[in-house]
Amino acid sequence: MKEENFYISPGPHIFSKESTPKMMKDVIIALVPVIFASIWFFRTKAIILLLVSIASCVAFEAGLQFLMKRKITISDYSAVVTGILFAMVMPPSLPIWACILGCFVAVGLAKQLFGGLGMNIFNPALLGRAFLAAAFPVFMTRWNHPISLDAVTGATPLGLVKFGHSLDINYWDLFIGNVSGSLGETSALALLIGGLYLLIKKTIDWRIPSAYIGTVLGISFVANLISPDVYSGGLFHILAGGLLIGTIFMATDPVTSPVTKTGRWIFGIGCAVITMVIRLWGGLPEGVMYAILLMNALTPLLNRMTRPRRYGT
Amino acid sequence: MDSLKCASCGKELCKGLWRENPIFFQVLGMCPTLAVTTKALFGFSMGMATTFVLISSSLVISCIRKLIPPQVRIATFTVIIATFVTCADYFLKANFYTISKELGPYVPLIVVNCIILGRQEAFVSKHGVAKSLLDALGMGIGFSAVLVLLGSIRELFGFGTIFYYKILGEGFENWVIMALPAGAFITLGFLVGLFNWINIRLRQRRNSA
Repeated sequence: MKEENFYISPGPHIFSKESTPKMMKDVIIALVPVIFASIWFFRTKAIILLLVSIASCVAFEAGLQFLMKRKITISDYSAVVTGILFAMVMPPSLPIWACILGCFVAVGLAKQLFGGLGMNIFNPALLGRAFLAAAFPVFMTRWNHPISLDAVTGATPLGLVKFGHSLDINYWDLFIGNVSGSLGETSALALLIGGLYLLIKKTIDWRIPSAYIGTVLGISFVANLISPDVYSGGLFHILAGGLLIGTIFMATDPVTSPVTKTGRWIFGIGCAVITMVIRLWGGLPEGVMYAILLMNALTPLLNRMTRPRRYGT
Repeated sequence: MDSLKCASCGKELCKGLWRENPIFFQVLGMCPTLAVTTKALFGFSMGMATTFVLISSSLVISCIRKLIPPQVRIATFTVIIATFVTCADYFLKANFYTISKELGPYVPLIVVNCIILGRQEAFVSKHGVAKSLLDALGMGIGFSAVLVLLGSIRELFGFGTIFYYKILGEGFENWVIMALPAGAFITLGFLVGLFNWINIRLRQRRNSA
């Protein structure tokens, strides 16, 4: 008798033509304007960090998968995406060895030790950044002015507003990215182009960015209304710091964000609230990284909480 | 004692070192393990203090175990343990004041260290004096060894030294995270992973042989 083949697998049972490599390629295309902006503003520093980061992420992915006797999956481009995103959230003056160490934490600790792509709880690039921020606080808070000489360092716009108490903001510089900050986070224009591409291609869901940006706007509007001398307006909080790169490329990471629609709304609002609490009342000028990582930790809970009711129950 | 065989003595002593290591296998006493191992010396002091308390209380409790009413055994154990913890605390304060200050509240907190109460409940209350002492010694050494190992790794990366002896040169940038709680969790995770990996390899080799 001929044996029938039954495939038993957990849900979902509906498959789309989307595949991981295709999705990752979309993200890479969306990152191209961001990469160009970072190279334009930070020149050779951006190119070196980017190349080192991509190369070491891919090398660690392949090396660790080989050591753990897993299938080597560098051809799905996820390590490349992690490498680009990791470089984009690094300060320009970061030493090369620290970048390589961060890539090891991102790919090795945050991704491969948890079981590889799809199993990681935290966004790899952000966890790598969080590790470096805790390990080398000096390197991670040394910001170069864009384009100008290497030796000149200057605070980020958020740092200026928080610790320098200057509300003199040049919104045009902030929008095109001519301010100090991490490589890829400064140019709102480039990030918005990339985000728009991802939204049109439906690679990312619109709910998380909408909830995130909307809540940040709301909170900063109220704070600005109450004491306009201390807190800057909503537009500043959207354009400054890592909010746009975080909300477009990291909070929407399909692995570490909720799958349900309600869950995504809660996820975005939660990220925004934590970000604004850190920015307005915390000890740090920027809170996007910790906000997204904290909400990543809540993602399994949000998925369970917002699970749709089965029909008839 | 004629009932004691040398082989079983060795077994009671050695099981705490590797096979039933209090940290790697039983995952007990996590509070001091994670909190005081910022430097190797602190880990060593903590290990010694805990070993002293473990051995002394095992000795006393194994002697009087038949006299303790089972309803109040935990309270009795705790009082006996607390007595020796107070001794250890005062000893450290009198002779090694700086270390005592660095260890802070974690010396008095040995009273609630799960390893000590766990050994009394699981082993000492069922065994004689000699076996209990060997068990306590093995567990104490196993605990101390892991604390020193954890402390050495964290001190090496966090400060570039081991037992204050400079290992890594001037070019080394201290990893601040290793001196923070996150560094303790990461290091302990890697060590437990290594422990399990070695055990799996040993089992495989034994099975194939």
